[in-house]
Amino acid sequence: MTSSFKRPDGRKVDELREFEAKVGIVPNADGSAMYRSGETIAIAAVYGPKKMHPQHSQNPEKGTLRCTYNMNSFSVSERIRPGPSRRSTEISKITEWALEPVLMLDKFQNMVVDVHINIIQADAGTRCAGINAAAMALAHAGIPMKDMVSSVSVGKLDKTIVVDLSKEEEDYEEGEGPTDIPISMTHSGDITHFQLDGKIDSKQLMEAVELAKKSCEQIYEVQKKALKDSIDLTGGED
Amino acid sequence: MGGEEIDITTKVTAERIKKYLEQGKRFDGRKTDEFRNIIVEPNVSNKAEGSVKVKVGKTEVIVGVKMETATPYPDSPNKGNLMVTAEFLPLSSSRIELGPPKFDSIETGRIIDRIIRESKFIELEKLCIKEGEKVWTVFIDIYTINDDGNILDAAGIGAVAALKLAKIPKYDEEKEKVDYKEYIGKLPLREMNPFTITVHKIGKHLIVDPTREEEDVSEARISIGSSEGIIHSLQKGNSGCFSAEEIKKCFEIVEKSWKELFKKVNAQLK
Repeated sequence: MTSSFKRPDGRKVDELREFEAKVGIVPNADGSAMYRSGETIAIAAVYGPKKMHPQHSQNPEKGTLRCTYNMNSFSVSERIRPGPSRRSTEISKITEWALEPVLMLDKFQNMVVDVHINIIQADAGTRCAGINAAAMALAHAGIPMKDMVSSVSVGKLDKTIVVDLSKEEEDYEEGEGPTDIPISMTHSGDITHFQLDGKIDSKQLMEAVELAKKSCEQIYEVQKKALKDSIDLTGGED
Repeated sequence: MGGEEIDITTKVTAERIKKYLEQGKRFDGRKTDEFRNIIVEPNVSNKAEGSVKVKVGKTEVIVGVKMETATPYPDSPNKGNLMVTAEFLPLSSSRIELGPPKFDSIETGRIIDRIIRESKFIELEKLCIKEGEKVWTVFIDIYTINDDGNILDAAGIGAVAALKLAKIPKYDEEKEKVDYKEYIGKLPLREMNPFTITVHKIGKHLIVDPTREEEDVSEARISIGSSEGIIHSLQKGNSGCFSAEEIKKCFEIVEKSWKELFKKVNAQLK
């Protein structure tokens, strides 16, 4: 690693932004969670399993996971038009693919589990924050799961691999510029989501995968703790 | 004939595809890392600045490049714009219905957009007419003609080929109009071949260029946009997962397939 490289906020290359996770933030939902990484805040709420409408969308073999990723119009410097875009449509699907492998929806034939993700404040890594929040919200809703999913964005800034890019880093233009690599994986290390934009060779990309693995481990611990903390151990008595 | 049921890959077929793969075989006799026959037919639509028909086996797409003048984006006042869209036409398969774009076509457009943009294949900085005021927009539009699997890679080949064929029309500064009958030269491109190659996972097998049936059976895929050994874009699709070792294997397969595409596509563009 290049020693001369300095991150704008002084973090080490393998250091995540200060982050927190919280479970149970939307009282109406069957499950909900918040995940914050630095200035990026995502909330997710789960409704279901419930009957899928319209009927022709029902899958008689297993339940359907339906994710919607949405950015608040004021979550970025230049207001974005409210409503779905090509980008948000893709991220919604990517989120479904990231989470489906751990869900056990076999027993929920013809049903749907809705996961609504909202980005309250954006400073890069919103899809990863959304996936982290959604995974916790699904667990909180009691949907049967084989494993947890944790997500982080790894990046290559010029030639250095770093983790959890901020917006300022994402816009880094020196040398080879920025390469953004959001990755999600299960706790057992299966990669469920993988994207990349930029310029990298396969050797360095494998390094990035390793760094993501290490970082997801840290995120997993925080997700687990948040879920444990949300359980009322008093048995419902005050 | 027609009707939805007929077009669905049955479980029997799925089982058989997997059984074959156990022995390293495919229905059409190809190796797991072998593409179908690729045919690139240049200039299929003469109003386009560049156009191409690409056939990969029975899969067929048409890709056209159009150029228009526009105001630049505020964050790139001296660079041309790029827009990529894909339309999955109902004429190309009984599965595709009329209506607003579905996810497949949105994703295809976005993935091809990313490899062209991130590889910096088009020299967008040379497409500025007047800084901050007027630049060229390059539109790459992809249409499916026949869907027999792997539309994405065919579209990627088509985009690269159509760009290589594209010419810039004349811009009349006095009239502030484009004269599409006259061309001033070729679209400025960097010396590269940013193809997108998708590796599919069926069971524990990794294959390229799936037919419709194979694509239906695929549990997960990874689409890698690369040029001369450098990866510029990547997207994992579908609900299956990849281990780190499988990802590494995918990179090797892509490297090999890229060389195959490089040879076959460029030979047909001369």
